[in-house]
Amino acid sequence: MPAQIVSLVVNGRSQEFIARPGSTLLGSLRDSLGLMAAKRGCAQGSCGTCTVLLDGAPVPSCLVAVETVDGRSVRTLEGVARDGRLDEVQSAFIDGFATQCGFCTAGMIMVAEALLDRDRDPSRADVVEAISGNVCRCTGYEPIVAAILEAARRRRDRAPGAAPAAAGAAPAAAGSTG
Amino acid sequence: MSYRADPIDKTFFSAERTDDLAVVGTVVQRSDALGHVTGRTRFFEDLAPPDLLHLKMFRSQRHHARFSNLDLAAALATPGVVRILTAADIPNNLYTPLKLIGVGPDDEPILAEDTVRYLGDPICAVLAETEAAAYQAVGRITVDYTDLPAVFDVEEALAEGAPIVNEYHGRNYFSYEGHHCRRVRFGDVEQAFAEADHVFEWRYQSAPIEHAPTETTGCIVVPQPDGRLRIHSDTQACFFTLDNTALILRTPFNKLRIVGGTVGGGFGGKVDVVVEPVACVASMLTDRPVKFVYSRYEEMQVSSPRAAERIYIKDAVRADGRITGRKITLYVDAGAYARHSPYGTTKAAAHLPGPYTIPNVWVDAHCVFTNRTPSSAMRGFGVTIADFALESQMDRIARALAMDPLRLRLINAYRDGDLKAHRKVAEGTALVEVIQKAAAMVGHELPEAYRRMSSTSREATSREGA
Amino acid sequence: MAMLRGRGYASVNYPTGMNLGGDPSQALIHATTTGTFVISLSSVDLGQGLTTVVAQCAAETLGLPFGNILVDTADTDTGPHCMGTFASRGTHRVGNAVIMAAREAREVMLEVAAEELEVDAADLETDGTGFITLVGSDQKKIHITDLALAAHFKHGRTISGRGIFLKEPSGVVPETGEMDPDSCQAHACTVAVVEVDDETGVVEVLELHNAYEVGRAINPAMASQQVEGGAWMGMSHALFETTEPYYPDRDHGPTDFSEYLMPGPADIPALHSAFLERPAGNGPYGAKGIGEMTANAPIPAIANAIFDACGVRLERMPFTPERVLRGLDALRGPA
Repeated sequence: MPAQIVSLVVNGRSQEFIARPGSTLLGSLRDSLGLMAAKRGCAQGSCGTCTVLLDGAPVPSCLVAVETVDGRSVRTLEGVARDGRLDEVQSAFIDGFATQCGFCTAGMIMVAEALLDRDRDPSRADVVEAISGNVCRCTGYEPIVAAILEAARRRRDRAPGAAPAAAGAAPAAAGSTG
Repeated sequence: MSYRADPIDKTFFSAERTDDLAVVGTVVQRSDALGHVTGRTRFFEDLAPPDLLHLKMFRSQRHHARFSNLDLAAALATPGVVRILTAADIPNNLYTPLKLIGVGPDDEPILAEDTVRYLGDPICAVLAETEAAAYQAVGRITVDYTDLPAVFDVEEALAEGAPIVNEYHGRNYFSYEGHHCRRVRFGDVEQAFAEADHVFEWRYQSAPIEHAPTETTGCIVVPQPDGRLRIHSDTQACFFTLDNTALILRTPFNKLRIVGGTVGGGFGGKVDVVVEPVACVASMLTDRPVKFVYSRYEEMQVSSPRAAERIYIKDAVRADGRITGRKITLYVDAGAYARHSPYGTTKAAAHLPGPYTIPNVWVDAHCVFTNRTPSSAMRGFGVTIADFALESQMDRIARALAMDPLRLRLINAYRDGDLKAHRKVAEGTALVEVIQKAAAMVGHELPEAYRRMSSTSREATSREGA
Repeated sequence: MAMLRGRGYASVNYPTGMNLGGDPSQALIHATTTGTFVISLSSVDLGQGLTTVVAQCAAETLGLPFGNILVDTADTDTGPHCMGTFASRGTHRVGNAVIMAAREAREVMLEVAAEELEVDAADLETDGTGFITLVGSDQKKIHITDLALAAHFKHGRTISGRGIFLKEPSGVVPETGEMDPDSCQAHACTVAVVEVDDETGVVEVLELHNAYEVGRAINPAMASQQVEGGAWMGMSHALFETTEPYYPDRDHGPTDFSEYLMPGPADIPALHSAFLERPAGNGPYGAKGIGEMTANAPIPAIANAIFDACGVRLERMPFTPERVLRGLDALRGPA
């Protein structure tokens, strides 16, 4: 089976790349397009770290044969912030201390985005179900659930046309490497 | 909205603590959160150097065996395969990570020479242009095994006539200064048993537990312009990895550079130095970047877990609830190689008999070899399973004496100035207070004498026990 | 056919530092010419937040805002030696090394400020907003940005510092086990409330109440993260986790997340936690290590709660439904 050219609309931009037989959507995003936010935790679809949105719906991109999604639209974590502004989910994760090692974060945020896109006022049970395919080994899940509920609240409270409020419940450091 | 940081109860130890700090003690934003929520945090596998080779390991399919007739021909003929490393390619093929702190002997090959000691023991490393080619080649390697007797139970491993798991130790236990276990001898437990009102003896058992981080173990080694190797690793200990790797490679230490610091979960599972050495050899021999990352299967069944432990606890107890003697026999299942287990077993011995002042303590802590995946450090190394046993034991004593479980603990809790079984004088103790606090949190009534107890002195109990 | 509720307790301590010592960490601090202080380390942040915590320690010691601190770590070419992140040693050892380095840098900072302001260094203080000021004066002050520039270009001084923390290694007396294993001990008491389904053997953890004594919570939110994440991991160890479900038999070992069971977000108990602080004399601002211990007390607390609920004493981990049911069968006696 020869390699083929695959076209995707990724985070709103048209992309084209050559996909070898057997390439997964995850592999193509990372290796062909340099989009590294989606992670490869298990390559078996059972950890959720590779979750991206395919036409708005969360998929385990490690199990998607990329040639089968030719022409479709994909949204990754790299496409969530707009013009450098974090959205409510990202800010709520920061303010709510919903990250530790960060490896599950991309997948968690993408399922949250998909949930909030279709349900502006999810219940706690809705949030729990939405993230039930995403493994987190560090946080114990509760801060993630709380952050997603808070993000929904902030988004509902946002005036139409206004930009999302910045993260900022606590002072920030200058930064760190490594 | 801000994270509900749990409250600090400042009514405890109020004379010893202050609130005059400006930054320490305050909630500041995590410095890494922004990178995580934007996906910009770089984990080691997010590096994509050009010309990358992929390393996949061919591993033992037997628990304990000699092997011969390793046939690499079909694997080498697989399109995309560049080279296959065997034991002969490793400059210094025997190591143990604790050699850096003077613990030996070296007992673990990087690649097996002729013997495999656990299911998954690495035999040879395939280097290929793609992961798929590497996996394909691994599947085409054949070898002949001659099974050897294997032992899986710690007490069977220590019994007379058991098959020897690791001939570099020559016996199925780690030798502590010529002795078969780590010992604690404090007071006279047999006297305590003779004089006790009650003697309780129970046994506890755990099974191996995986760190299961969402990011698997791995590294990418990249040859540098100055001829050195730069290792991008998710190790928990940069210099520990560097030093061990240099010893295995027989290179000057300054030839290696380890860059890391972003780890998708460690929990003690990324301190065994299992991927960097062979990836470095591969990079040196091919002069190309090499990635060696564990699959989820390898992380689950081949990477070291928390040791299974078997613990026997025999207690001498007075009618009033004071534990006067505690005798503990601990077996740590180290698996096929020592790794960090000799250290962890000593740490366990230091932790026993728990946070209680017991005048007579006897501990034999064995680090035992069996034909299973070598165990190693995990969150709470040497302590977690011991706490399961110790605190289950306290509950059973309380029930047997029809005594409130918190009062039993408070009576026996260590205080400042008490001598521990390893003869260190206790200081900065606070077991009494966390028990009092927890009791208050759940509405568990404690009599006034117990509410007045303090870690700083045992006065309240001496009145109680008189 | 009943849901049986029970409560169980566990109290524990946990040592800070590599057992027996001999695990040093070094830190270097230097000021840039524009007043940012860079901490150079080779330490690894596993996600527990070491880089944030050491920045807080440095800011406190220097008397400068948290936002003036940069942490550059995990590169063996640029960072001095650190033994590694394990044994709950990070905050304690690296924190202490950073404080030592920051103290030296602060001393130079005040010396240069004294020269710039033409006062005695002993009469200067930092106000926490970036100014070094003469005690009791509104006028005599200099901002760290100006000071750092002056130090480098005018005075030829390095505002920098070096730090190391080492608990000297010691051995074990083989015959008695006499040893000095740790720098300090943190403490915890957990109360677990569980519900046992006596038909299925399934145990649900309803509540975990935790009291932790940690010396000093350098960042209370991050300390809470450890308590919360650890409580989940302890519950997971207690009820589900093993790579060898038939230990010591190696058969049927889980190979991936679909087989290696862990509680999901629907299984989280109600968590109520509180901290106590008994500062450790040798800890950074009194802090003790807590990264590991938080999974420990929940396990026996759950075992004891199961006994309280249904009379089954589980001596083997994990506490699977099968083991609970076998225990109930044994209690009921032969049919």
